[in-house]
This record gives sequence, structure tokens and C-alpha cells, in this order.
Amino acid sequence: MDYTQISTEDASHMLATIGVESIDDFFTNVGEEYHLKKLLDIPMGISEPELLADIADLAGRNKPAADGEMVCFLGGGVYDHFSPTVVDHLATQSEFLTAYTPYQAEASQGALQAFYEYQTMISTLTGMEVANASLYEQASAVAEAVLMAGAITKRNKVLFASEAVHPDTRQVIRTLTYEQPVEPIRLPARDGLVDLDALADALDETVASVVIQSPNFFGLIERVADVVKLAHDVGALVIQSVDPISCSLLKRPGQLDVDIAVGEGQSLGIPMSYGGPFLGFFACREKYLRKMPGRIVGMGKDANGKRGFCLALQTREQHIKRERATSNVCTNQGLLALRAAVHMAAMGRTGLRKQAELCFDKAHYAANRIQSLDGYELKFDGPFFREFVVQAKHNVGKLLDHCRSRNILAGVPLGQWFDGMDDCFLLAVTEKRTKDEIDALAEALETV
Amino acid sequence: MEIETRLPQDEDHPLLFEQGTHGASAASMPVSDVPAIDRASVVDPELLSGNPPEMPEIGELDLVRHYTRLAHRLFSVDANFYPLGSCTMKYNPRVNEKAAAMPGFASLHPYQRESDCQGTLELLYRLRNYLEEISGLAEVTLQPSAGAQGEMTGLMIINAYHRSRGETRTQVLTPDSAHGTNPASCTICGQQSTTVRSKPDGRVDLDDLRSKVGTNTAALMITNPNTVGVFDEQISEIAEIVHGCGAQLYLDGANMNAMLGIARPGDFGVDVMHFNTHKTFSTPHGCGGPGAGPVGVAEHLRDFLPVPQVTRRDDGTYAWCHDREKSIGKVRSFYGQSGVLVRAYTYIRSLGADGLLNVSQKAVLAANYLAARLRHRYHLPFPPPYAHEFILIPKFDTGNVSELDIAKRLIDHGFHPPTMSWPIQHCLMIEPTETESLPTLDAFADALLAIADEIETDPEKIKSSPHTTPITRMDEVGANRRPNVRWQPNVS
Repeated sequence: MDYTQISTEDASHMLATIGVESIDDFFTNVGEEYHLKKLLDIPMGISEPELLADIADLAGRNKPAADGEMVCFLGGGVYDHFSPTVVDHLATQSEFLTAYTPYQAEASQGALQAFYEYQTMISTLTGMEVANASLYEQASAVAEAVLMAGAITKRNKVLFASEAVHPDTRQVIRTLTYEQPVEPIRLPARDGLVDLDALADALDETVASVVIQSPNFFGLIERVADVVKLAHDVGALVIQSVDPISCSLLKRPGQLDVDIAVGEGQSLGIPMSYGGPFLGFFACREKYLRKMPGRIVGMGKDANGKRGFCLALQTREQHIKRERATSNVCTNQGLLALRAAVHMAAMGRTGLRKQAELCFDKAHYAANRIQSLDGYELKFDGPFFREFVVQAKHNVGKLLDHCRSRNILAGVPLGQWFDGMDDCFLLAVTEKRTKDEIDALAEALETV
Repeated sequence: MEIETRLPQDEDHPLLFEQGTHGASAASMPVSDVPAIDRASVVDPELLSGNPPEMPEIGELDLVRHYTRLAHRLFSVDANFYPLGSCTMKYNPRVNEKAAAMPGFASLHPYQRESDCQGTLELLYRLRNYLEEISGLAEVTLQPSAGAQGEMTGLMIINAYHRSRGETRTQVLTPDSAHGTNPASCTICGQQSTTVRSKPDGRVDLDDLRSKVGTNTAALMITNPNTVGVFDEQISEIAEIVHGCGAQLYLDGANMNAMLGIARPGDFGVDVMHFNTHKTFSTPHGCGGPGAGPVGVAEHLRDFLPVPQVTRRDDGTYAWCHDREKSIGKVRSFYGQSGVLVRAYTYIRSLGADGLLNVSQKAVLAANYLAARLRHRYHLPFPPPYAHEFILIPKFDTGNVSELDIAKRLIDHGFHPPTMSWPIQHCLMIEPTETESLPTLDAFADALLAIADEIETDPEKIKSSPHTTPITRMDEVGANRRPNVRWQPNVS
């Protein structure tokens, strides 16, 4: 294929205008010894039908969790949620797809207004005062929150309130803060939840922030308000990683007096796409606005007094601050923020609430069905939202294989990350799962 | 006569929150098919929120109109020439979108077993190999989320390498024309960045480099072709100086669009580089993301790459390999921006070795052509030949008309402004890319020449531009003094 439009005649005309003989004359600076004498050793170009056949062949060798024969109970941070058809249509429009970062406000009002509305919706959904225009994904959003809390409190210690945060979050934070004066401390969980006594013991006035995920990696709803109280008593900030779907049913971070709320936006209309590209949302108290990482859009007036939008507080960003920057983030996840905005607007207040209720009710129906089976019980007694841990008498690998043979993806095995949980798997139930599918899962588990 | 553009001169477009009616929604949710439960009896009512958040309530048609109108208030590659220097705003082929949207890719869950993900794993493995060949480096990781994260990953690998040899090196050299992310990434990686001067011709000042490089230098971060659009022929000498002190040579791959199939960074002494798939490999910019920033390293740095890495087993199947003892770890969740990488693969596979070479040849031809068309009316501070972009400065008497004014006036001609005031003062940086036609290039040159005339005849018209957009220039000072970053009723 060839997306260039300059013909041989055009090229001759252009070379003549420039006053050179051939295109090779532009590359004389490269140095003779480095100038490749032969083509790269990759396949030659192909036509579109051949390309589509190649792509379809590769796609066909995947057995996707959704939109095919499979029934998906996989979660662990990525969920098979519903998104209205109109969302995909609107979020893939030419202009949104192919515009650059909206630095030139006059030529970018559409994107800027959409991001301003996104920020407003994320603020509203999380109950926080302000939000940025998005970061890469949940894990780097937590990492940026940790760095921001360090800058605000001028302290270095970071407490992971329990081990029940996403394993990738822990690993990514370790990598991203390795060269920073950040001391991560990981507290154990008790019954899958934050151990408030252990937290109280670990907290003192050297702690910058407490990181908590709720609903947590095991699906359990944490006592965030209690954590906040303990943390605030010693002047530490609380960073909550929150599930955006849960915000329409459970108390929101802002209602719980959390200082920084972050999370994974994948559930807001973004395809699972094997783990990315996703969207890290980031919201906090207004008094920290000037310390917030990432792009921020503001509403203001143009020279004629007309309402307009532009990138705000750019002096925080790397292209101005250079080595004095506290974050090197350059892009947001523009197209995904846009998609999440369209999704939230399409679902609306009632749609989001209904979706959260369906997740809750179906997950509880599934949990009841499964724990009534011989050889299965719920690992934890705590309250949960959409996801829960099942402890099995059978070998977990074997039972997942068995379910897979019936095209059911029954869950994520937990032994890979957590000691002593080789007999456990994590099971998520979204609004897309039907009673029949849940019953089929129960039957599959019963017949291992 | 006013020049027409496609942007409507309509009145202020209402916010989502100023539209809609109570109870409206564009989504229909099924009635529950499981037995009803009393939620407050299964969880502590304290955990539940009585009222859902006050999210928008709007019907489907109004929603469609809202976002369609917003889309129309936006310049884009699909509608406008976008000669944004250093950003490589090339055409984004639709077949890439079709590929990424196939359920086989888009509906794959990251925790599915590897045997159910062989198609994606093979695609990633092939892409990894293509990038290794294009860069001439030993191994590539596809994990970093964007170019800036790629830089950070590369610097962390360099840190880990020096530490493995019992050395702590804390200084990173960056040329004065480096992208802003370079010094910012140094800081995030705990390093001090030190600026190396450029000579008047845009090349690195080797004397200055020699005086600054030392046993504390971890790396030199260089962009080549550099940010003024010139391929620095001193590159092997630069590599020698840097390596002579035990430091590493890092290449910011922002400008790879000029080098595909022409020369390979690994061949001229680069130890680490990152790619920007959204620049070189046509994945869409999407109003500022998502990107992807694969990182390539030379043989001696392979041990430090992030995990997991996609590999091919002896039996021909593909798998994630977590086994790399000295790895810096994970830099993001799951495996990377997989959906973006599907697009990059599709692009490289469609063009192939011959097509990629053609890309760089045409990109460089287009840049040199535009420079030639403008050289009589504008000053070109750096001598040709140029790579895929070039810098110009108004050479006529501009009075008090600035480069910003010229850029804004281009909007009235239907062109997105070039990059401005960077990497040198008062400049415009122009990168046409390979996908523009000759008539488009000529129309753009004509517009810049017309503006040059207009500066002499009607400078006020330029200073008050643009005149054809929904708003004119924003009061950014005001917007920053009292930032309004979320809508609230009755506040404007």
C-alpha cells in the first residue's frame, strides 16, 4: 500500500524547484558508512486485500473474551461492560481521531470543550472538586498521585493500606518511583480488607499518603471513611483508587473525604483490547489544583469576551518547566477521555445507576449460587460490589480449564500474585451476564 | 474577501450540562433477570450512596448533535493540512482502525490464557522484530505507554546498567534544542540534566560536549535528525566521545520519519532509543493520545528491559516471558497500549520495507520543497538539505507582527499552525509529512507568501487573527488566574 500522493512527475518538478538532482542528495549528511545499501529485512509492502487477510488471520487466532462464543467472568481491573452503540460512532469521528493536542485553542474548541466536560463528569462521578484531562491508566495515575502527595506534604513514606490493591499497581509504582525519594510500605490485609489496627500502628507524621483501593482487588468494599480519619489525624493524604461503575451506587470518594481519587476508566465504554489503551482518571481537592499532574482544560473568555476553552495552568507541565517538572507526562489519553465522556453522557445519571445496580445484584446472585455448591465457598465475608474471590476444593487450573472447555471464562487465578491463594480465583459479574449464563457457570463448576 | 474555512461561525455552543431533560438517557439497560435483593441488608447501608451522582441526562439525538457539532469545531488531519513540526501529523489510514476494532483484538481480556491470545502475541512478536530491524538494535520492548514513558524507561535501563557495573552516574546531557520531555524525564529518573550547546549551524558543539562529558555522565540524549531538521553528520564522533567516558547514547526517536530504511540508529552507535508510534507509524493522535513508546536497546542492555517480554517458543507458539532477573520491572499495567500496537503493526505490514523507505524519501522531499518555495520571503536560519522538517523566521520587516500572529493567520487559510518559537526564538517549524499532495503543499506555501505580503499591507488584520473560528484568541492570563476547570450552575 502507499499513502503518499506525490507522483514521479511531481517529484521531478519539486527537485527542479529545490535545485537538486535526486532525492539521494538530501541524505548526504547521513554519512556514507551508515547509509543503508539494501532494503530493511522486513516483508515487502502488500495490497489492502492481502493486508486484511493477514490481520484477519491473526485476529482469528485469538479467542476473545467478549463478542464471540465466550462468556466472560474475568475482571481484575478490566471488565466486559456494555457501551451504547452510539458511543463508538461518536468517539471515532474523523476530527476527534486525527486532531493533535489542543494547544491552538481557536482551532480546537471542540476537543477542549469535550475535555472540560469530561473533567466535570469525572469530578461529579467521584464527588471530587476538580479533575484533570486523564493520564495513561490506573497504575500510573496512582504513581502520579503518590508523587503529588509527596510534593504537598513534603514527606516520603507511602503506606499501601493493604495488599489488596491491583498487583500491577504495586509493581508499576515500584518502578516509577524507584529513583524518587519515595518509601513504599505494604501492609498485610486482614480477611481481604484493610487491617485498621495495623494501619494505625504504621501511621505517623512521616507518612505522606495512604493508598487504598475500594472496591479492592478482591472486589471488597473497604471502610474508606475509617482509613481517612486515621490518615488525616497524622496529616497524611488519602489516595483512593476507585471503580467508576461503583460510584453510582456506593459512597463516592468525595463523600468519604478522600484527598485524591484515581482509577481505571476502561469500564466507561473502552474496549478491553488486551489491556490497553485505557484511561487513568485523576481527581482531587481544588486546593491542590496547581500541583495536579497532566493536562487540564479551563473555561474562560476570548479577546471579545466570548466564552471559550483553553489548556490551563500549562506552566506546571514539562514543556515549560523542563528539568524542574515533577512529572514528565506529555500526552493525556485524549481519544479515550473523549470516549469515556461520550459514554458517561450517553448512559447518563439513570443509566449508570441502573448498570451499577445490575452488577451488584447479579454478582450477589452468582456468589450465592456458587457458595451453595459442594467444594466452593467465598474466601472472604466482607461486602463486595461486582467481584469476589472463590475458594475451591478442586485444583484451580483444572477447574478453569473445565469451564473454558464450555466456553466459560470463569475467573482469574490468584496464586500467581498472592501467597496462600493457590486455591482461589477472582470472579467478576457485569450487567452483561444473564441469569442463564451464571447458572451455566454454576453447573460447569459443579461438574469439575 | 474573507477566506472561507469549514469551521462554522455559530454562536456559543452550549455545554452538555446546559442541555437535556430530567430522566433522559441514550442507554437502555435490561430489566434484571435475577431475584431482587435488599442491598442494604447484604452490605452496611453506610457504604451505599442514596443518590447517584448528578451526571448529564440527555437523549440520543441531542447527544449525537452535541458531539457532532463539537467535532466540527476542531481542526484535524482528516480535514486540514497540519504542518506541525516535530509531531509528524501524517494521514492515519482507516484500515488501521478497522484492524484494531476487530473483536479478535478489541475484545480480548488481558487475563485470558496465552493459548487464547496467540494472534495478538504473534502480532506483537512480529512488531517487536520489525522495530528491532528498523532501529538496528538488539531488542525492543513494546510496553511503554507513550514517548515520554519510553524516555523514562530508557533512562531507567541506563541507570540499571551503570549500577550493575558498580557505578552511580547522575548526569544526563541534553542538547539545548531537546524536547521538553527529555530534561523532565531525567528529573523523574533522579538525574541532573546538563545542557550541551548547539553551533550556529544546528549541530552539537563538540567542544562543549567534550568539556561536559565525564565519569559522572550516564547518557547523552540526542535527537537525530535534530529538532532544527538537520541530520548531524558528526553522530559517529558524538558516539565515540560519549562511549569514551563509559556513558550511553540515547536517541529520541521523534524524528524517525526521516530515517526509515535510510539509516539505522544501532549502526551509528545508539545504545537506547524510543519510537513514537503516533508519529512515525501513523497511529492517530486522538486530540492528545493514546500514544505508544516502544524502546529499543543494544545487546549489552537487554538484561534490563521491562518484563514481561513477548517471545516465541521452540514449538512455534508465543508467550510472555517474565524471566529477566535484572529487569527494571513493569512500567505500566498489563502489556502496553496493545490496541495502538495493532495499528502500528498494520501500518508497517501494509507498507513493508519498500514502502517505509518511500515514506522517508517523500517526507524529506516535501520538507525541502516547501523550504525552497519559501526561501525568498522567509529566512532559513539553518542551511539545507533538511530532513523531514525545517525552521523559518520572517526576514522581512514584521513591525510588531510575531510568529504567533503569522501562525494564527494561517488558521484563516484553513491550515493548522506550525510549531512555534521552538527550538529557537521567533521561528516556525514546519513538517509537511509524506502524505500531502503537491497542490496542498503549494497552497500552504502560497498562504505563507500571501501573509508575508499582508504583513506589509495590513498588519492589524494579522495581529487580530484568526477571524474565521468560533472564538478568537483566548485570554489565557485570565483563565490561569482564576482557573475554572469544571462546570457549576450559575458560574461562568
